[in-house]
Amino acid sequence: MLELIQDYWLYFLVGRYPEGPLGGLALTVLLAGLALLLSLPLGLLLGLARISPWRALRWPVTALIHVVRGIPLLLVIFWAYFFLPNLTGHESGQFTTMLVALVIFDGIYLAEIVRAGVQAVPKGQLEAARSLGLPYLSAMRTVILPQALRHMLPSLVNQFVSTIKETSLGYIIGLAEVSFVASQINGLVLTKPVQVYFLLGMTYFILCFSLSRAAFWLERRQARVLKAAA
Amino acid sequence: MITFDNVNKYYGNYHALNGISEHVSKGEVLVVCGPSGSGKSTLIRTINRLEPIASGHITVAGQDIHAPGLDVNDFRSHIGFVFQQFNLFPHLSVLANCALAPQRLRGLSKHEAEERAMALLERVGLAHKAQAMPAALSGGQQQRVAIARALAMQPPLMLFDEPTSALDPEMVGEVLQVMRDLAHGGMTMVCVTHEMGFAREVADRVWFMNHGQVLERGSPEAFFGSPQHPRAQQFLSDIRKSY
Repeated sequence: MLELIQDYWLYFLVGRYPEGPLGGLALTVLLAGLALLLSLPLGLLLGLARISPWRALRWPVTALIHVVRGIPLLLVIFWAYFFLPNLTGHESGQFTTMLVALVIFDGIYLAEIVRAGVQAVPKGQLEAARSLGLPYLSAMRTVILPQALRHMLPSLVNQFVSTIKETSLGYIIGLAEVSFVASQINGLVLTKPVQVYFLLGMTYFILCFSLSRAAFWLERRQARVLKAAA
Repeated sequence: MITFDNVNKYYGNYHALNGISEHVSKGEVLVVCGPSGSGKSTLIRTINRLEPIASGHITVAGQDIHAPGLDVNDFRSHIGFVFQQFNLFPHLSVLANCALAPQRLRGLSKHEAEERAMALLERVGLAHKAQAMPAALSGGQQQRVAIARALAMQPPLMLFDEPTSALDPEMVGEVLQVMRDLAHGGMTMVCVTHEMGFAREVADRVWFMNHGQVLERGSPEAFFGSPQHPRAQQFLSDIRKSY
């Protein structure tokens, strides 16, 4: 196994970079990071639209959420792969294709998390904010969302962990992320599939586990801040 | 200050407010009491449009509050509302709770808003808790902060929806004291409360509500001394038994 690591660690980490395009673990982390970063604001917007008092906003978004939730991610990726070029008029790379698919898919799931988080904030909070004269969106931003985000944290982490693992589906459209690279290595070595896929599994585990731990730490810190007697 | 003109409200088939036509004068301290489900909380919540009404008119300071084109946010910012459950914002310090709305809505700088908040916290005896988070305060303290938060918008009218009902008995006094001071300062107040001592001492008038109607209205002496309506007599004897 050490030999395996010795021979292929650079390929595993960055793919063919710098001669070729970036790949491997670096590409996985980049893709997951960007997907998280972009899907969160999308999820916030969709989630707020889903519980909006304005019907014209609420209904189409609710329909969209039900549709996307009802189909597998793999299909969303295929759609992005085959439809996106028709829509934009030019070929998009595998990375962009995968990113678009992930942002849409996760944005939809995050929207439901946002909805649950906002609805878990006691009704009196919005009433108190509105009674002071704060407009709806201002009350949402300054009073409701900060509390909702705290309720949402465990579910958010769950979704983010999921996103990291979902990047492996990039394999199907030939994106050279870490799973793709690992199977390439496996093809080159031929004799050590168990070791190769064990290392791949460990890699995902370390990524996801450290994210969970960081979130747990954040949660505990938040709980302490809220009880501060000054 | 406040006029109700034939106000009706329904929850499904239930007639929650039944043809209310009443008037509250400027500077008046009004106590609304009645059995639970009588519509008193609903009534007070209609005054700042937290509850919509089915028909009728409500006028506050000469303004029909359901007039089309009314800026409801600006309208609400001139009415203080104190809730049974305090509803302090748990993610903000006591000071920030009181400074938030003046800063956002009155164009005060952060410094000015905090100065105003401090002055009010001083007034309710909680200046030393300014930096604390709400969860670190007792119920009575939280409700005093909630009153200070409402006062920070300098409203000419304050509404209290059972402000002491969620408190342990030993904390009721401190909240009533703040309300008493406010009343003596000339504030127009509508208080839904069962605190009969407070009503006797501070109220200019008492309304007794039952089944969405104001059955009896009068001075505290008249209401507590010789209630006219049988339902009011029974209500008073019921609450006296429990004290």
